[in-house]
Amino acid sequence: MTVGRAALAIAAKDLRIEWRHRTAFATSVVFAVLVLMVFVFARDQGSVSLTTLAPTVLWVMLALATVVTLNRAFLLERENAALDGILLAPVSATALFWGKWLANIALVMVVEAVAIPLWVMFFNVEPSVRLAGIGAVAVLAAIGFTAPGTLFSAMAVRTRFAELLLPVLLLPFVIPPLFFASQATVRILGDAPAGDIWGWLRLLALYDIAFLALATMLFPMVMDQ
Amino acid sequence: MTPEFDAIDRIMRRGRAIMLAGLLAVAGIYVVALRYTPPEAHQGLAFKIIYVHAPAAWAMEMAFVLVGVVGALYFWLRDPRLDVFGEASATVGMVFGTVLLTTGPIWGRTIWGAWWAWDPRLTFTLLLYLLFAGYFALRSALRDPVERARFGAVIGIMGTVLVPFIHLTVYLFNSQHPLPVLGRPPCPPDKPGCEPSLPWVLLKPLLLSFGAFTMLYVGFVMTRYGIGLRDAATEARDAE
Repeated sequence: MTVGRAALAIAAKDLRIEWRHRTAFATSVVFAVLVLMVFVFARDQGSVSLTTLAPTVLWVMLALATVVTLNRAFLLERENAALDGILLAPVSATALFWGKWLANIALVMVVEAVAIPLWVMFFNVEPSVRLAGIGAVAVLAAIGFTAPGTLFSAMAVRTRFAELLLPVLLLPFVIPPLFFASQATVRILGDAPAGDIWGWLRLLALYDIAFLALATMLFPMVMDQ
Repeated sequence: MTPEFDAIDRIMRRGRAIMLAGLLAVAGIYVVALRYTPPEAHQGLAFKIIYVHAPAAWAMEMAFVLVGVVGALYFWLRDPRLDVFGEASATVGMVFGTVLLTTGPIWGRTIWGAWWAWDPRLTFTLLLYLLFAGYFALRSALRDPVERARFGAVIGIMGTVLVPFIHLTVYLFNSQHPLPVLGRPPCPPDKPGCEPSLPWVLLKPLLLSFGAFTMLYVGFVMTRYGIGLRDAATEARDAE
């Protein structure tokens, strides 16, 4: 089996399990909405308008929802030592990483597809072509969040404190793409010149390529038994 | 005492000697910096903190980059001593990071009027510091020493790749952080407001303090490395 086909088979398996229960999806969406609510109630209504707060809330919501979503990636495999089964199968660790990563990014993008329209509604963002730009930024940011996230969730799950360790390990790596993405969002919402937005997107893409390549290289070392 | 423990003791003794020499050198540099160096033209006395702040930044970055380098070497050579060195270097990096993140706000309060101005350089240093806090959290949650070494190496390599992004951030975005005082381009005569390179009288103690902090790094790491080796050797002996 080629690496690509094995990766797709693993991703399909993960997504099928998720489709049957929809636990991670439902939990992440509810969590995302709760984060929106937290921001709305924690702000000073007199001095901070919803419009000013909107880009910040979007990225905090998406970053935290991603962490919640990623927690499930390898926890699934812990039950009944399912990971040992995959490792015994004749598929490479690289295929396992890509399979897990594809399933993670698919799930994160589905969560984003529900959460972003909710953000538009709650924060009265004008629905326009600008939202397509924000969607593109969200895809690039999701790659930057999930590439190190998939690697770290494979490590965190080997400890008894997986749910606690994953955010501690992952958040320092989430902050650079989050910064680039939120700067791009501010400029998209403010109708900044395309060149200005493009500069931030390029940085985001550079980050994605660097950490996707690195996580692919390092994952076999993590799985090395 | 076995020859193995003797060799470890030798490493620790040398480490302690280098550490002591480094501490004396830092004290000496401070005598020079406080007593015999004039105040800097724009920042006055506040500038003198640079003799600790800048070399601590250098030592911290060197420490963390070396964690990544030995992490990469670990995957190649699989020598457990590399992991002991990685952990020692990360521990020492955290110490220098604490110095850096303490002196930065003290200087910032005087010059910027704020303890923490969310300057990208200081902020990303804090991120790197927190990343290594995660490194120690993960290590402490793992029982198997081989797994600890592998995962530690992975975090070390990931952290090292994060370092260029820190520097990228400093140079690409609006920063309140002063430009590096070393390697700054000379000011053209027709450009008012350009900050010239540091005069030699202020630069000399700074260069010396980089040397002293490098010595401190070596001394600290050798001592910590010796402690790590001794722990591993004791564990192995008790297991026999």
